[in-house]
Amino acid sequence: MGKITRRAFIGTGLLTSGALVIGISIRPGNRAKKVASLISDPEEHVFNVWIKISPDNSVTVIVPHAEMGQGIHTTLAMMLADELDADWGKVNIQEAPAHQEYANHMMLKGFVAGDVDFPNFLVKTVDGAFLKIGKFMSFQVTGGSASVRFTGELGMRWAGASTKHLLLTAAAQKWQVPKSELYAVNSFIHHEKSNRKAPFSTFSKEASLLDAPSSLTLKTIAEYRLMGSSPMRKDLPPKVTGKARFGIDVVLPNMKYATLKNAPVFGGKLISVDDTAIEQLSGFHQVIKLDNAVALVAEGYWQAKQALDKLIIEFTRNDQDTIDQKDIFNQLNDALDKAIKSDNFTTDLELVNQEYDVLTSSSYTANYQVPFLAHATMEPMNCTVWLHDGICEIWIGSQNPLGVRAAIAELLELAPDKVFVYNQFLGGGFGRRSETDVALQAALIAKEISAPVKLIWSREEDIQHDFYREANISRFNAVLSKEGPPISWTNQFLFKHHPPEAAHIPYSIPNQLIQYTETDLHVPWGNWRSVDHSMHGFFIESFIDELANQQQQDPYQYRRKLLKHQPRFLKVLDLVAKKANWRAPLPHHWGRGIAIHKSFGTIVAQVAEVAIIEGKLIIHRVVCVADAGFAMHKDAFIAQMESGIIYGLTAALYGEISIKEGAVQQRNFNDYPMLRIQETPKIETFIINSLEKIGGAGEPSTPVIAPAVTNAIFNVSGKRIRELPINQHLLTV
Amino acid sequence: MLDMIALNINNKMYSIEIAPSTPILWVLREQIGLTGTKFGCGISLCGACTVHLDGQPIRSCVMPLSAAIDKKITTIEGIESVDGLLHPVQQAWLDEQIPQCGYCQSGQIMSAVALLNANQNPTDDDINTAMQGNICRCGTYNRIRAGIKKAAVVMKMDSKKQENG
Ligand code: FES
Ligand code: FES
Repeated sequence: MGKITRRAFIGTGLLTSGALVIGISIRPGNRAKKVASLISDPEEHVFNVWIKISPDNSVTVIVPHAEMGQGIHTTLAMMLADELDADWGKVNIQEAPAHQEYANHMMLKGFVAGDVDFPNFLVKTVDGAFLKIGKFMSFQVTGGSASVRFTGELGMRWAGASTKHLLLTAAAQKWQVPKSELYAVNSFIHHEKSNRKAPFSTFSKEASLLDAPSSLTLKTIAEYRLMGSSPMRKDLPPKVTGKARFGIDVVLPNMKYATLKNAPVFGGKLISVDDTAIEQLSGFHQVIKLDNAVALVAEGYWQAKQALDKLIIEFTRNDQDTIDQKDIFNQLNDALDKAIKSDNFTTDLELVNQEYDVLTSSSYTANYQVPFLAHATMEPMNCTVWLHDGICEIWIGSQNPLGVRAAIAELLELAPDKVFVYNQFLGGGFGRRSETDVALQAALIAKEISAPVKLIWSREEDIQHDFYREANISRFNAVLSKEGPPISWTNQFLFKHHPPEAAHIPYSIPNQLIQYTETDLHVPWGNWRSVDHSMHGFFIESFIDELANQQQQDPYQYRRKLLKHQPRFLKVLDLVAKKANWRAPLPHHWGRGIAIHKSFGTIVAQVAEVAIIEGKLIIHRVVCVADAGFAMHKDAFIAQMESGIIYGLTAALYGEISIKEGAVQQRNFNDYPMLRIQETPKIETFIINSLEKIGGAGEPSTPVIAPAVTNAIFNVSGKRIRELPINQHLLTV
Repeated sequence: MLDMIALNINNKMYSIEIAPSTPILWVLREQIGLTGTKFGCGISLCGACTVHLDGQPIRSCVMPLSAAIDKKITTIEGIESVDGLLHPVQQAWLDEQIPQCGYCQSGQIMSAVALLNANQNPTDDDINTAMQGNICRCGTYNRIRAGIKKAAVVMKMDSKKQENG
């Protein structure tokens, strides 16, 4: 990062007039009153939305993203503190409240200006009419692996650097010395010549009266003190003592507890509830009818659940009640057939670069299929709402607190400034917590109760009423010459959500046709860790492996040749092969598979080592190499790689949501199983800091693991897995 | 049917009026206010609700309160030493930077503490057996394994010191 100009600040909405709307550059007496709650002492000056320097010289960083376990609070704060040269031991982190002053313009800009488009899941978020600021709309969503890439690089670092600039300028004036003779270390400003040093806070007031700098220079990598290291994550201590407060842990005076039963079939509506069975129960019980669900409110969750289970509930029957999973796959295949027949596709990418002779070439086809997947966050869905005195207070762990605020304001017809969202720790997000459905239900229940209400879904509701990664199919065709690389690559599939380049390939194949069509499914769709990449990684990296085999080449060398013009990919691929000892012989009944895929700006390659012993698949080891440009918090980055691998491996091995008579069949961890400790492979992660544009950490390892494993299964057994999950297949060697 | 039930939780006595069939989990979380113990599945499949009953790890989501009468319940809030020092398992969890979202970790830690109390030198297989009931959706399993091994070393040293001192 070189010099940045004031124009760039204004352009991103970070400074001066327009920027004041989102609360950047705030001084005492400023009209952005909503940040007042963050200023606990009139002596403290908020320089901009991201930062606060207290009279005791501690620095509070205000982070506009939810902490889901990815260590993002720490990482963003590190980026700012490094540029500011703050004393890390005295840096505190606060999550921004859901006010539009904190809306994540950086993320919007990143999406609009970057290599990806404005994602669909954000469109929903900004639908609320209240949140529009001119052409830019406010949102504060944690997802799309965007936090470090956009908020961090474009916001936090600049904020830290400009704050330091202001402090140094103020110190130069106060001490009457040239600014160039001053430097900052550990939250102190030093002037060597006069042997003076003073804490940042000494200059807060003067600095807050200065104009924002018109240009800045960010640190070069050699000057990083915090970035790239692994300081203790600040969210960890309360997570080992039980003190961390998740949404589900909120306690309010006189609070009631609610749980509910949703209409089993998506689209079903409530007809009637017979509650005679609970009339005799002691204690408080109240049945609340929602449009498509029945809620029961009681003194505790358990009491509510027991009573709920006694109700006799009737939901409408509708056309969808007869749909089974096989009907859905038939529907998908029919839609593709129809699109092929009528050539009614949307073209995602088309390259026509080389003519070929059909007579001397052969063509190869393969069809792939993946099931619906649920998120199954560890913390079941919940939301606490208190409606009182004309305001609505909400406690929730959300990836999208501003969206929650907008949706509830609209639902209850309240002005948005009467709706307060207090975001809590998230017991896993993975995309599920960017939805607002549970918060809306909680608000409707709270309307009927004159006390705070905590709505908790059972695990069964969570599995059966998620927003699912879709079931999908993909049909490939490749034209192969006798020797040399493939001549053409055709991939036809359904649906396109986000990111738009998910089905694109890095391989140099001269002719490419990637196209898709749509059909309507009654099963609701949602962002699932890595979104469209979660299936395209599997499709693409399986099929390329098939082509290698078809052309009788080593799958690593085959990819290598096709990546000749992609030096960044090559480096990642070569390193993973080296670290995995690609050529080394394996024990009997063991196999190796390789895969590489870029998502959210990060290239990840993996080699999986598996064994099939008496029909049982064992995943022994996964070697993972990632190039995210630069890993800001090294250990948190490695942890995210590990986490994404386990998440993707769980899905590859077991993940399957299936539909029967319109409803989800699975209910809990018995029939929607999770990978457990005894099945977990050894994972070795290596980072390449290429210093290219920063990529994401939370998602990019997920799409790679399924093909690495299925390619390894092919390697050991000759069986090509084209349909997930793997546990549907009989494996033998 | 509500009964008056006396409970020993983390060495403190409580007496509450509640149906004895209520699972321990909900009493801890909602009546006592100890929210460190988590709800994950409700049917003994995930381990998020793990607490100790007389030192044995149990799934509190399916264990009725009546089972705790005249016994001692220990929760995540009760394993720090009396002077407020973290338990060696908790410390190892920090040193290895284990938690991600953190939601499963109270249960993981309680299972690990029970394992190490019973077995000073757990093998990988022992760890698998003791920990396989605890799901971590964030996939922190390898770090948990490393954390248990680290804590085992510390706990052994501590117990030697006690013997000698
Ligand atoms: S909540 Fe008790 S085992 Fe899952
Ligand atoms: S740390 Fe998130 S479920 Fe284990």
